[in-house]
Amino acid sequence: MKSHEWVSVEGGTASVGVSDHAQHEISDVVYAELPKIGRKVAQGEACAVIESVKAAFDIYAPVSGEVVAVNEVLAKDPALVNRSPLEEGWLFKVKPSKPGEESSLMDFAKYQEFLKSPAANAGH
Amino acid sequence: MSTTTELRRTALYDAHKALGAKLVDFHGWELPIQYESILKEHAAVRNQCGLFDVSHMGQVWVYGPDALKFLQTINTNDIGKIGPGKAIYSHLPNEKGGVVDDVIVSNMGDNRYLVVVNAATIDKDFDYFQKHSTGLKVELDNMSDYYSMIAVQGPKAAQLVGLDYPDALKLPRFGAMMATVFDQKSAITRTGYTGEDGFEFIVPSEIISRLWDNLLLKGRSLGAVPCGLGARDTLRLEAGYLLYGQDIDDDHSSYEAGYGWVVKLDKGDFVGRAAFEKQKKDGLKRKLIGIKLSERGVPRPGTPVFVDGKQAGTLCSATFSPTLQAGIGQGYLDRPDLKPGAKLEVELHGRRAAAEVVKMPYYVSEDLKNAKT
Repeated sequence: MKSHEWVSVEGGTASVGVSDHAQHEISDVVYAELPKIGRKVAQGEACAVIESVKAAFDIYAPVSGEVVAVNEVLAKDPALVNRSPLEEGWLFKVKPSKPGEESSLMDFAKYQEFLKSPAANAGH
Repeated sequence: MSTTTELRRTALYDAHKALGAKLVDFHGWELPIQYESILKEHAAVRNQCGLFDVSHMGQVWVYGPDALKFLQTINTNDIGKIGPGKAIYSHLPNEKGGVVDDVIVSNMGDNRYLVVVNAATIDKDFDYFQKHSTGLKVELDNMSDYYSMIAVQGPKAAQLVGLDYPDALKLPRFGAMMATVFDQKSAITRTGYTGEDGFEFIVPSEIISRLWDNLLLKGRSLGAVPCGLGARDTLRLEAGYLLYGQDIDDDHSSYEAGYGWVVKLDKGDFVGRAAFEKQKKDGLKRKLIGIKLSERGVPRPGTPVFVDGKQAGTLCSATFSPTLQAGIGQGYLDRPDLKPGAKLEVELHGRRAAAEVVKMPYYVSEDLKNAKT
């Protein structure tokens, strides 16, 4: 399944957020329901929800593993997802349980191609 | 968004596209849900001014010596109470005490009344009008395809409208007048669906673009922005207004919706009167109850509501309230006894979130608190 999350693996931890395209489509983020720390998630599993004024959007885990951190700042300032989707607006961090799994994901260039397809906007 | 049937477009479609609006299917109409941001548009209406294209709404003229008699028959509210130049909010009742539509009726004088109806119910309403006009000296003119409509809403609305239509400033809340707009015979009412002071322009479609562009241009320095259906929904829900088809319909009564004040049993006979009297006498089994979340989260239409651990109903309208910065909603609960402050729970994404009953409306602007009708 192709969706709009990004993952960045550094020092054995994978940070997860949504793309700039996704935050633009979601618009006006007012709440993020994040997974509990310690939860084990499988690649492709819906494990968080981003709420805009108008609708709720499921967030899928890009890689399998255990949730080791969530972005607590979003509780006070959910609009960070709109303002800084790729940095301060990250959602949660996972300790990957299946190393190399991220190679099945789209890279930036492939994602840009994907955005041109009708399927890119089917979910959002 | 459904693309299987051709969507209808208002005369402002090109203007919306040029403004970068995000368009959605609303009851078969392709309308802006937002231009830039629902939160920004909501704030503009609460603090400055917002412009809404509401051309999808319908307009029916009622003329003739029996116009008032006819309107009294098909309205729960007392149309006899509004003199020329006044408008009134009312429900169209059915025989069993449900609601065919909610409308605003304006008395334009000389036995001429303008009824503004909801978009999705234009045909149903007109059939209903025709059925109940049999034998009466009344003429019905469905002008929904001829007119377009713009709502100008917010604390700066009067300042903006007064620039070109100074006579409109004499209108009280729920005042109505005929006016000349770009040389065309039009109507202006001091009404709206946002909980703010505001005006609604009902004008021939051929001049709607000129009116829209003119209001946008002159409104810019006042902070006026175009607003979509997204902000319209958060604004009206905060203000305690019903959305026909979602909060009220043929199977839900005015009493159940907490709108008993639009049912005037002392005005004489009307459609469904006996059913309304019976409801009032027997009491309600369910009632539209407003709730506010006590913790973070956003309820949606369809969200289940629990009282004492037992499901008491679902929310029919619900959203994040930008003014209260909390989740709010309203739904028919089989606990009409619940009072403001009563604790309950809503189910969000598999968890139970704490909420409490609140008195509606959630928000009343200073302008409307002080308004004389």
